[in-house]
Amino acid sequence: MSRIRVPLSEVKLTKEDFVSDQIVKWCPGCGGHAILKAVETAFPETGFRKENFAFISGIGCSSRFPYYINTYGIHGIHGRANSIASGVKIANTGLSVWITTGDGDSMAIGGNHFIHTIRRNIDVNILLFNNQIYGLTKGQYSPTTPKGQITRTSPYGTIEHPFNPAGLVMGAMGTFFARVLDSNVKMMTEVVRESAKHDGTAVVEILQNCIIFADKAFSYLTDKEQKDDFQIHLKHGEPMLFGKNNSKGIVLRDNRLQIIKVGENKQDDKNILIHDQYEPDPGIHRMLGFMRPPEMPRAFGVIRAARFDTYDHLMEDQIDNAKKRSAIKCVDDLLNSGETFEVN
Amino acid sequence: MSKNSKVVEKESAVIKFVGDSGDGMQLTGSLFSDTAALFGNDLATFPDYPAEIRAPHNTIFGVSGFQVQIGSIKINSSGDFCDVLVAMNPASLKANLKWVKKNGIIIVDSDSFDKKALAKSGYEENPLENGSLDDYKVVKAPVSTIAKESLSGLSLSPKAALRSKNMVALGITGCLFNQDINSTYKFIEKKFKDKDTVIESNKKALAAGYDYARKNETFETTFFVPKADFPKGRYRNITGNVATAWGFLAAAERSGRELFLGSYPITPATEILIELAEHKSLGAKVFQAEDEIAGICSAIGASYTGALGITTTSGPGFSLKSEAIGLAVITELPLVIVNVQRAGPSTGMPTKSEQSDLMQALYGRNGECPVIVISASSPANCFYYAYEAAKLSIEHMTPAVLLTEGSLGNGSELFRIPSVEDLPEITPPIAKPNDPEYKPYARDPVTLARKWALPGTEGLRHRIGGLEKFNIEGNPTTDPLNHELMTKLREDKVKRVENYIPEQPIVGEDSGDLLVIGWGSTFGPINTAVKQLQSEGKKISHTHFHYIKPFPKNTGEILRNFKKILVCELNAGQLVKHLRIEHPEHQYLQYNKIQGLPFVVHELKEKFNEIL
Repeated sequence: MSRIRVPLSEVKLTKEDFVSDQIVKWCPGCGGHAILKAVETAFPETGFRKENFAFISGIGCSSRFPYYINTYGIHGIHGRANSIASGVKIANTGLSVWITTGDGDSMAIGGNHFIHTIRRNIDVNILLFNNQIYGLTKGQYSPTTPKGQITRTSPYGTIEHPFNPAGLVMGAMGTFFARVLDSNVKMMTEVVRESAKHDGTAVVEILQNCIIFADKAFSYLTDKEQKDDFQIHLKHGEPMLFGKNNSKGIVLRDNRLQIIKVGENKQDDKNILIHDQYEPDPGIHRMLGFMRPPEMPRAFGVIRAARFDTYDHLMEDQIDNAKKRSAIKCVDDLLNSGETFEVN
Repeated sequence: MSKNSKVVEKESAVIKFVGDSGDGMQLTGSLFSDTAALFGNDLATFPDYPAEIRAPHNTIFGVSGFQVQIGSIKINSSGDFCDVLVAMNPASLKANLKWVKKNGIIIVDSDSFDKKALAKSGYEENPLENGSLDDYKVVKAPVSTIAKESLSGLSLSPKAALRSKNMVALGITGCLFNQDINSTYKFIEKKFKDKDTVIESNKKALAAGYDYARKNETFETTFFVPKADFPKGRYRNITGNVATAWGFLAAAERSGRELFLGSYPITPATEILIELAEHKSLGAKVFQAEDEIAGICSAIGASYTGALGITTTSGPGFSLKSEAIGLAVITELPLVIVNVQRAGPSTGMPTKSEQSDLMQALYGRNGECPVIVISASSPANCFYYAYEAAKLSIEHMTPAVLLTEGSLGNGSELFRIPSVEDLPEITPPIAKPNDPEYKPYARDPVTLARKWALPGTEGLRHRIGGLEKFNIEGNPTTDPLNHELMTKLREDKVKRVENYIPEQPIVGEDSGDLLVIGWGSTFGPINTAVKQLQSEGKKISHTHFHYIKPFPKNTGEILRNFKKILVCELNAGQLVKHLRIEHPEHQYLQYNKIQGLPFVVHELKEKFNEIL
């Protein structure tokens, strides 16, 4: 059962309630604009009071986001958005806390905080802008840059294996992971709304096009000829179908996810997996998160939304219980507790 | 007491318990101190232990010690030289003999002085037999044997029985000081609550030690330290780290703010984290972060929401927090950073005390980055300076650094329990809902503090962050003149704190031949040394800084009236550098000790006399 404590708005909000008066300084054509639009659209739909949103960011293109949306917010320091946001949420569980971060901010310098926030399941929302490049410092490779890619700091091609954010989330027993393309504003809006409703750390990986330094990094996914084969949109409770006219399905065979053609074999059709985003065991979710073309389609939508206790609620429970049980009700009680003696 | 023994009244005595790091010396010393405190003695303690949890047996580097001075007079340090040394093995005797007064009493576990142990600790001959201890009164007690015999009825393994030998030693010492053994029993019962076997074995061993001392006429003379003449009130024994934690709890309650601690364990600051984690019933939210940086950043986040954000650490952790302190400075949020200093650089000597992070606290960040810096000078006053750090930070909307030291954090003394109501008021400058005048960086004209607008408040949505902001409006900007203005405003805001802190006090005449300046843990020894010279008629005074940035307003005035100024520090000279910057018109002499040890009174007196 959800224990989200963000108060609801008494009036119906619209997108305009969240539009900031600041000039948006992202490059024209940057995926950031679409993300901003999706968030502004999704927020009124959450029903939350507009004063109870807080945006926390680190450093990088993604981290300018708090200036561009009219909520409370902190533009923090490099890599530390997750830590700052953890403090915000723990101190005030009535806030809907959002982190905008990138593949440098959260996969490199702040990698530690990213996994630990997820491990604790603090009820924050992490919008991970993954453009596979360092944009604000002008084009160095990041921890998610594909191996071999030539960048300004890898003139001979990178020799590093990239992180898959889904792997980090599942590895840390994360409770919510979704993936979206910045070009799909509709899905992004839905996922942002789902993320807001999730009680626990929600990670939304947004494959974001950096038009300047890594343009078309995701065009293989959006290319008209192959996008049906290279994308699968997961929906809870629905069979995992994709391809033109949903002609393909995903089954688990020989301990691996595999593709079958729908209608060729009745037994195969029966074995097509039904997506269960609430499954506590992250096994299948991890496999889905790791699927990649050309062998498999890339998974989009909410891949995992498991229900576990959150850190912030457990802490409040402990405090409530201690308040009920302890004889120490105020600091004067504490000061006079234990061994003391009186001098007259 | 033996019938023949004579009881000598003493106004103070220094006792030191030493043994292997697994011998339970810290517990032994604490129990002795608590018993003395409950009786009504004033006291100050100094635990001195190695970083290793269980260092190899009987080695000099593995020696763990606990020193306490008890008195019927005001005690302001754990003392220099011991009246009584309790040594559990040859290595601990060897390491500590130089700290025993001539004719002092040395109680040893004679069972532990076998050939192997003597060789391991570097003794060629047995010091108990070769006359090398003739200047002392040596009590050779078969402590291990007594422990084993006293517990023979408990079906413990010999090894387990030996664990209680520290209690035997405590019993002997308790008898020597005519302590009430029943009080010690009570402390043991409390300490080992729900562990009946441990309570029973410890009490038995304690009683056996006490009886041994009494029946065997071990001591021709025993001591009695009368009750101290305290001002009226309720008292307790408290360590500096616990006092720090409680000071913050008091500040949170008094200011109506929730306490949030974001911290990562580090010696010797961890006890503050442990202590605050205990007090969920007071609403304290304690977040043990994955590292030092997450600790401070979470505290900044909490502070943004209106909590009293605190992070606690020691030197190396403070280094890691530097960038985030800058964020708190530029976002102009309350935040208290506690640095329980230890010997550095790098890992240095984690369990040894030093005052070598003052420069780091004052200047150790990128950019022009002023913070309030204050320091405590005794275990008990950690409470008040923690409270004060929180108060100043909240009311002036700027981070404050509280410097304590390992010796203060782990050391203890008696604390007169205040009433929270009597503590100074704390008024957080919280912005009102829908305030039409609200701007993120609009300032109070007197303090220059901006308003604290808490998320969730209607009509105050705003963003703050690490980028330079336009004054008043708060939008990011690189405007040249604005940056200069904001830099000066942030500095001036901290400077104006001088209008809200007490004047710098002076011990002694306000003019004379020599002014001795100290800060932090050195108060006790400096004060004692200065007072002794004053009583000899020397024109010497002592001033001890608790407020270092800003300095109290009358600092210049105090410095002006002495022929010579000597700054004594447990570092290579940091406050003295800061004084040379802030008050360059004076000549400063300096006296520094960088050994991970406190000053002792006689070395200070020697130095003062040399200068006088």
